[in-house]
Amino acid sequence: MTRPPVTEQGLEKGPRLPSPAGQPRDSGVAVWLLRIASALVLPLLMIAFFFAFDFLRDEDANKAVQVVVAVIVGVGGVWGMYWGMDRMISLLPERTGRAVRPFAFVGPAMAILTFYLVYPAVNTTIISFQDKRSESWVGFDNYIRIFTESTYQIAIRNSLGWVILVPIAAVVIGLAFATMVDKLSRRTESITKSLIFLPMAISFVGAAVVFAFVYGFRPEGFGNQIGILNAIMVAIGQDPVNWLQSQPWNNLFLMVILVWLQTGFSMVILSSAIKGVPEVLLEAARIDGASEWQAFRSVTLPSISSTIVVVWTTVLITTWKVFDIVFVMTGGRDGTQVVAQQMVTEFFTFRNNGVGAALAVLLFIAVIPILIINVQRFRAQEATR
Amino acid sequence: MTTTHTPPDVPTKKSESRFTKLPIYLTVGLIATLWTIPSLGLFINSFRDPKAIRKEGWWTVLGSIFDSATWTLENYRVVLDQGFSNAFANTVAVSIPAVVIPITIAAFAAYAFAWMKFPGRNLLFVIVVGLMVVPLQMALIPILRVYTSLGVTGTYPAVWLAHAGFGLPLAVYLLRNYMGSLPSSIIESATIDGADHFKIFSKLIVPLSVPVLASFAIFQFLWVWNDYLVALVFLGIEPEVRVLTVELADLAGRGEGALNLLPAAAFVTMIVPLAVFFALQRFFVRGLTAGSVKG
Repeated sequence: MTRPPVTEQGLEKGPRLPSPAGQPRDSGVAVWLLRIASALVLPLLMIAFFFAFDFLRDEDANKAVQVVVAVIVGVGGVWGMYWGMDRMISLLPERTGRAVRPFAFVGPAMAILTFYLVYPAVNTTIISFQDKRSESWVGFDNYIRIFTESTYQIAIRNSLGWVILVPIAAVVIGLAFATMVDKLSRRTESITKSLIFLPMAISFVGAAVVFAFVYGFRPEGFGNQIGILNAIMVAIGQDPVNWLQSQPWNNLFLMVILVWLQTGFSMVILSSAIKGVPEVLLEAARIDGASEWQAFRSVTLPSISSTIVVVWTTVLITTWKVFDIVFVMTGGRDGTQVVAQQMVTEFFTFRNNGVGAALAVLLFIAVIPILIINVQRFRAQEATR
Repeated sequence: MTTTHTPPDVPTKKSESRFTKLPIYLTVGLIATLWTIPSLGLFINSFRDPKAIRKEGWWTVLGSIFDSATWTLENYRVVLDQGFSNAFANTVAVSIPAVVIPITIAAFAAYAFAWMKFPGRNLLFVIVVGLMVVPLQMALIPILRVYTSLGVTGTYPAVWLAHAGFGLPLAVYLLRNYMGSLPSSIIESATIDGADHFKIFSKLIVPLSVPVLASFAIFQFLWVWNDYLVALVFLGIEPEVRVLTVELADLAGRGEGALNLLPAAAFVTMIVPLAVFFALQRFFVRGLTAGSVKG
């Protein structure tokens, strides 16, 4: 990881000539001003250019032309601006240019990240200590509310249920499937894997619609069941069930949708990890008389444990932030609210900025420990390589 | 091992017969079927007569599968007339720049982090990676306020840049790791030949980074195309500007009245990501596994 940068010979290692007074040096104020300017000019230009382009907002314009222009402007504009910036830096004295150029490369990314992630994170935290219209300070009131009022307590309880059950289900099913399919022919393997993997390409909103025809419910006497689960219930002589309104099980039925979406992801990654387990080790275990299950437990499982942790935490974080499925299927009614969806409902439906922001901060703080654990594991792994 | 000793000619993967694998075939088949039924049902429904969709479940077509009266494109026609073609155009206009802009910005930054020397390099890179923790929800309220005061909500660039911001940390991280692993000798020799950074970047590093650029592009594309929250908040629900997911959620919210249109509408929203996914599955899988499987 300690590769010496090769292209900056003159910058640090070169003999430092005594610089006459007034001439910009690498660390001089003038160079820093140029660096900051070059980092900011491009993103500001980009934003001004995009938003000044009124044509993109003209509602009467032809849609297809608008799309083509949008794509050309969006795509070509960015490349063009980097090129232009680079040309301008080339006009500077070589030494100064060399000191300034990296900031023109990194600057736009940093500026955009500052505006879209750093500033909002700070601002949302501030808003969470203010009242619903962000007019006066209320201390920890919003936080006290989200931990004491039943609506939010249920949301937190449900979210915990989601993050416990969904990742486990996705990993267990994914791992079982990957292990079994590994023993079948290549053709069967690739076809069945595609079937499991396919939902990954479907949006959460699309998945909600897909499952509308699984969980569909009509009270008796209001026509045939068009949801397959209730059709089965009726066929085996049971009463149809309103799956999405029967508390607390409706939460489980919503979780199934996310498991359906995420298992493909866990299966593909675990499958490639399983294929990385040396066949010699498995062979040795079998020769020692281990059954397939024992070989799996004592050879495969330990070798892929770090991949399992990665998959598990990735699915967990996705699950923790799940919003669309609940928002579209139940709107959080009937005791199905979760934190991420309640946050949006609070903000847009109830116009309560303070509580919405407090829920967002909760979403943020809760993932930090998981990421720290992940980073530590990653570091330990890198160290032992 | 505490099990009884068996002779060394135990059956291995290759010598096992189909018969002993029967339970595996059955379980795999069962899971694959369970996973396919929901989307298969939707697919069948999308081609059925509107009245039949409301009247009976999709599995009833199995009796009249060869009857031409069973199948119709009517639902697709209605759906496309009712704003889905407009929403489709909006989604394209949102997605392509929202993929290319963050990749371009991230590639320049990743190149600088990997191959240029400047004060604060490591600190800035750590900050970028750390920002992966910030959930999208944190950004909604403040950004919407700024957008509203500037009067830019409901414009494409507003959404492009928001997606760029949310996608950048991962993009910079992945691209920097990949670019940093390229051999330094090629850059050295290009420098000796007199190439400047812009040339090395555009003529050498970008072409060499195509695999990682492609797998991030697929990620970001699927994410943006399927996104509901960002589009809902920053682009809004006005029929003129709304994207496919917003249009579909709106249709789903209309209840029984729109029931027959839902399957066709859902497939209109899915067709592009499914095509991309199947065409580029290998790239996609390679990208997924490269990031998370450590040898």
